[in-house]
Amino acid sequence: MKSSFLVTPADNQPGASIDGDAAEQPSRRNFLKGSAALMVAPLLPASAKSRTSDEDAVAAVPASPPTVPWQEFLPDVIGVLDANPLDPSPTGTANIAGGEAGRPSHQRWNEFAARAEPYELHAAQRENWVFSPSYPAQPVWTYQAKEPDLSILSPVVFAHYGHPVLCRIYNDLPANHVGFGSPEISTHLHNLHCGSESDGFPGDYYSATKAGPTLTSPGGFRDHLYSNIYAGYDELQNGIGDYREALGTLFYHDHTTDFTAPNIVRGLVGFYCLFDELDSGDERDPNPSALRLPSHPYDYPLSFSDRRFDADGMLYYDQVNPDGVLGDKVVVNGKIEPVLRVARRKYRLRLLNAGPSRFYQFYLVRPNNVIQPFTYIANDGNLLERPLLNQTFVRLGVAERGDIVVDFSRYPRGTELYLVNRLTHVADDTRRPDRVVAPGVRVLKVVVDREPPEQDLSQLPNFLRPLRPLPSTAELAALPVRRWVFERRQNMWAINGQFLDINVPRAQIPLGGMEIWELASVDNGWDHPIHIHFEEGRILSKTTDGRNVVIPAHERGRKDVFVVNGRTTIRVLLRFRDYKGKYVMHCHNLIHEDHSMMLRWDIV
Amino acid sequence: MNTRRKLLAGMGMGVAALGVAAWQRGSDAPQAIVRSSAGTKNFPNVTLYTHEGQPVKFYDDLIRGKLVTFNMMYAQCERTCPVSTANLRLVQKMLGERVGRDVFMYSISLQPEMDTPQRLREYVARHHIEPGWLFLTGARADIDLVRYRLGFYDPDPLVDFNDANHTGMLRVGNDALDRWTMAPTLTAPEQILSTINHVDMAMAHTAYREPSVV
Repeated sequence: MKSSFLVTPADNQPGASIDGDAAEQPSRRNFLKGSAALMVAPLLPASAKSRTSDEDAVAAVPASPPTVPWQEFLPDVIGVLDANPLDPSPTGTANIAGGEAGRPSHQRWNEFAARAEPYELHAAQRENWVFSPSYPAQPVWTYQAKEPDLSILSPVVFAHYGHPVLCRIYNDLPANHVGFGSPEISTHLHNLHCGSESDGFPGDYYSATKAGPTLTSPGGFRDHLYSNIYAGYDELQNGIGDYREALGTLFYHDHTTDFTAPNIVRGLVGFYCLFDELDSGDERDPNPSALRLPSHPYDYPLSFSDRRFDADGMLYYDQVNPDGVLGDKVVVNGKIEPVLRVARRKYRLRLLNAGPSRFYQFYLVRPNNVIQPFTYIANDGNLLERPLLNQTFVRLGVAERGDIVVDFSRYPRGTELYLVNRLTHVADDTRRPDRVVAPGVRVLKVVVDREPPEQDLSQLPNFLRPLRPLPSTAELAALPVRRWVFERRQNMWAINGQFLDINVPRAQIPLGGMEIWELASVDNGWDHPIHIHFEEGRILSKTTDGRNVVIPAHERGRKDVFVVNGRTTIRVLLRFRDYKGKYVMHCHNLIHEDHSMMLRWDIV
Repeated sequence: MNTRRKLLAGMGMGVAALGVAAWQRGSDAPQAIVRSSAGTKNFPNVTLYTHEGQPVKFYDDLIRGKLVTFNMMYAQCERTCPVSTANLRLVQKMLGERVGRDVFMYSISLQPEMDTPQRLREYVARHHIEPGWLFLTGARADIDLVRYRLGFYDPDPLVDFNDANHTGMLRVGNDALDRWTMAPTLTAPEQILSTINHVDMAMAHTAYREPSVV
């Protein structure tokens, strides 16, 4: 059962106890007496210090109890949200009398509302969720349909470009909730190109009894107008935008100010997949321009979330630990060490690191740990120009996505494979990943258990989706540049030395603008997966320690998460088109986000 | 502890001077100091002393059932404390009558050997702190324990041992709901107030609203 633990050499330190061992620790003052020079010593880089010193051997939290793996099966067909009529009918201005939270009016309402498909989600407490048969059934928070499928957590939304969605999200969380998590929501659809009033702005959290600082009144629900237009709608004047800007794998999650980490640990995350004429979600599509990638039910999203459980097997989170809690169990679509049964054919697997803090480097291996190749087609949900063949791993910082195509027809029926994470963290250390260590921790078992009922007609073309050419060197040189430095400050994390103030924009960008943002870190001990809302960007260059770094092939497309680490500057080209309003940039290590590494910027 | 409390309570104005010996002795049962918050269920019940010289039980008297804010400071801090204190003073003004009734503000000294109740009382006067916001000192071991359990520590010991780099967090919590969060003391007071209002069940609107003019 060793494989059921996230035990790495680094994790396996002695001293993993709580108060019991602590009496032996030197007190703050005793330590100081012996080393008075420390008071004036410059701060050493965190990487220089030993993580195995006596002082440091106090592990904060006991390991999660052991689990028996491969006891539960993920559904063969992912659960999809169906459209259903909304009552009362949606309105452009907030229907406060009807119970809606006091949001600003929808932008472009007249253009999209009449033909919007209605969907309804309810953020709610699910009482008896089983992460693993080794742990007791327990309450979780999830987004669910009006008539929920109790066998799954948040359903997947399938949406299509040119078909707007009106998504009403009710907050049915228990108002008198006790313990970690706060029962308000502001649901961000990660990477969608939409108006700020539908973006899940962190200050826009709501419940029937509570209004976030940027809302005018509480409400039991809020309507989100997801226009499902490509960026470049105004520029191209073609009624849909620039198809080169298509988004594919998005996810919705709570973004409530100060409480995003605990609320997501409770479970408020789900997938939203966007299709268009190319990536049509139909592998038998007769349209000659369709890519015919493996499609539902062979298009399968998988979310990976690090979680810690207490001695009783109940979900654990420490609300006052300034570094958060590093999960030592990886929950895959709500289950610990589940089994996915697949047919002998091609699958598209959409991998998401749903956080809060752990980084992953996933490999697909045989039981003898021999690595199996696959094709990498999309990063951060955006199709690359060309598929990357014979890839062996997917590395994901928090909120990054990687879409891969695996051809299971290469394996005889009965073959067992494992998805393993070989990227370690130092025990209880949420600050950044450590080393890649084989054979890794098995987080998902894949069993090739059947022949496909029909011939696999899906394709994997050698060209997927074009990128808009970058501006010329001269054009780039003329663009405004903003530099953002992500660093530790006062036991929290700051951007350019400042902490979150949700009421004041730190940048005001003219509608239609194009800018270069420099995302920089100074190597004071933490990695930061930086997410910029609204439009994804293109990495222009990356320098580490003053040296130019080659951008890996999978990061040469469009991205919405940029991992800064070490002494690094990433230069990103960004456009700000089609909508005005307030948006945010923040670290997506959720504990950093909740400890103020976030800023508001506005399109004006 | 009862004895000491009664003794100190009976001291009246002389309490501050005599209290020095008391708080430096600390709590009767020495507690292990763990560099871990170990969750909100584990707030210690050590005795601290207010700037008015009153002994208080950390959990029972300051936190139990209340909506509270905590920050760390010391009277001699010339880096961030003056601005933080001024900022929190603005938050106190915005909270108005809620301070001491619905919301309890606490500042804890990082240098308890230096910051006697008398000295903290001077600090309170110098910064025009209104009633309902207590400044706290105590025995070193108790202060350290409280500091760790509030999550006011750095995982890097070199940073953690350096008072000059002390935490800038305002710990904000509603004990009845066991709901805890934080705000930076150096962000805008409106932002801090929203975080406090967020965990206050009585507040439907988290944004600051000017008191209505009668």
